[in-house]
Amino acid sequence: MAKHQTPLLDQLETGPWPSFVSDIKQEAAHRAANPKGLDYQVPVDCADDLLGVLELSFKDKETHWKHGGIVGVFGYGGGVIGRYCDQPEMFPGVAHFHTVRVAQPSGKYYTSEYLNAIMDIWELRGSGLTNMHGSTGDIVLLGTTTPQLEEIFHDLTHNLNTDLGGSGSNLRTPADCLGQSRCEFACYDTQDVCHTLTNDYQDELHRPAFPYKFKFKFDGCPNGCVASIARSDFSVIGTWKDDIRIDQDRVKAYVAGEFKPGGGSHSGRDWGAFDIVKEVVDRCPTGCMSYDGAKLSIDNSNCTRCMHCINTMPAAVKIGTETGASILVGAKAPILDGAQMSSLLVPFVVVEKPYDEIKEVIENIWDWWMEEGKNRERVGETIKRLSFQKLLEVTNTKAVPQHVEAPRANPYIFFKEDEVPGGFAHDEKAYRQRHMR
Amino acid sequence: MATVEYKGKSFEVDEDGFLQRFEDWTEEWVDYVKDSEGIKELTPEHNKVIEFLQDYYKKNGIAPMVRILSKVTGFKLKHIYELFPSGPGKGACKMAGLPKPTGCV
Repeated sequence: MAKHQTPLLDQLETGPWPSFVSDIKQEAAHRAANPKGLDYQVPVDCADDLLGVLELSFKDKETHWKHGGIVGVFGYGGGVIGRYCDQPEMFPGVAHFHTVRVAQPSGKYYTSEYLNAIMDIWELRGSGLTNMHGSTGDIVLLGTTTPQLEEIFHDLTHNLNTDLGGSGSNLRTPADCLGQSRCEFACYDTQDVCHTLTNDYQDELHRPAFPYKFKFKFDGCPNGCVASIARSDFSVIGTWKDDIRIDQDRVKAYVAGEFKPGGGSHSGRDWGAFDIVKEVVDRCPTGCMSYDGAKLSIDNSNCTRCMHCINTMPAAVKIGTETGASILVGAKAPILDGAQMSSLLVPFVVVEKPYDEIKEVIENIWDWWMEEGKNRERVGETIKRLSFQKLLEVTNTKAVPQHVEAPRANPYIFFKEDEVPGGFAHDEKAYRQRHMR
Repeated sequence: MATVEYKGKSFEVDEDGFLQRFEDWTEEWVDYVKDSEGIKELTPEHNKVIEFLQDYYKKNGIAPMVRILSKVTGFKLKHIYELFPSGPGKGACKMAGLPKPTGCV
């Protein structure tokens, strides 16, 4: 028997997509029945009250959570998002409804044993509700009370060897695409880089020391399956330096219709027979490909490695063997001064354990941004304010044409004093001897 | 809002145990909060952090950035956590009577 009437939410139980309402009701019923005989540490009707407060929000068309909330565990400055309901008498089960961010494994591969163990903790000490996963990557445990935070942290670290994720003005939980674990496009081991750097920078992740938040994301290739170019201040995107590998026999098999283009991803509609010229050669952004009816050729010196031909004919066209990554910097959401995607900083870096080349770039950026960044200024905004030129200087990067999409169109060009013969000191008298007032 | 009574003083606090009004701060407040913030004994170093936070807040109307707190007190972040286990925001700012940190925390 449901605790609250939820006529509006009930409508979301219809339709084919998995209904979050049905799932929460199932958890509410499970907690009411308590088949394991648990001594629940947060109100047993927590999930019921969440549905109740959500129904009220649907009716009122406004949120019923109070502003902010500062809770956590000793030793860390982040990891828990405190939250309190603004109708605690009506919904005591969610008077406290804190979110715990838990560090997830790179690529989000799990064993059922591990997930069951997390759920055992959460069933006892939390609401039983989760988010798998937060957009940054964390396992999100959704809804518990302040006294349970240290208990959960103790169980996670002592029994599951698992830490909290990041929150606040610090390094947030890094995330990656699943990389070489099951993708033939991956140009480097995204999981290992992500895991290694997460461990190396634990201090920066748990104790806010930055002007604002800072995120890492690692994509194995330019397809961007973890969207690093849009959702991380520091985006590492795999690429290669040498030639694309072409298997001409397999190209013929695509032309003959033996292989489906794009791995069969457009098979839901009849697009006609595969036309290699129309669908690959003519779609190449640099026009560096040709097909003479028998042989596919690529002028690799003019290839920008956009992935289109590889995506379309994955069995025949492969990434090069001299692989590495590009580093791009500064992506952020609109607040305060407009959305940004990351800008290319290092066109090619070798990705090799222990990843010192990548770490050097990171630490140079941090040294600069931690000193110069204003309060709540993302690194993308610091670059806008102090210039891309400054970023190049602090990372010891030589300016190259690849750093810009187009050169500047305005003539407001700054010069350094030592670049200008005679410097900036102005002798007005000497000038007036040649030019009368 | 809850009211806390301690050593004859009363303090109005929010759910997270932050003072509602900076003006209500007294020495007794620090003594009252220290247990819940994992602090056994207050040292001159604790007081140095608290005093700086209060001066900065009175002068600027906001809490200082972590970097400035470190620079002025000379305490590295690691040491600030040794003094205040829940960190400069939840620990030190709460004890100093500053308003609760806000934003995307």
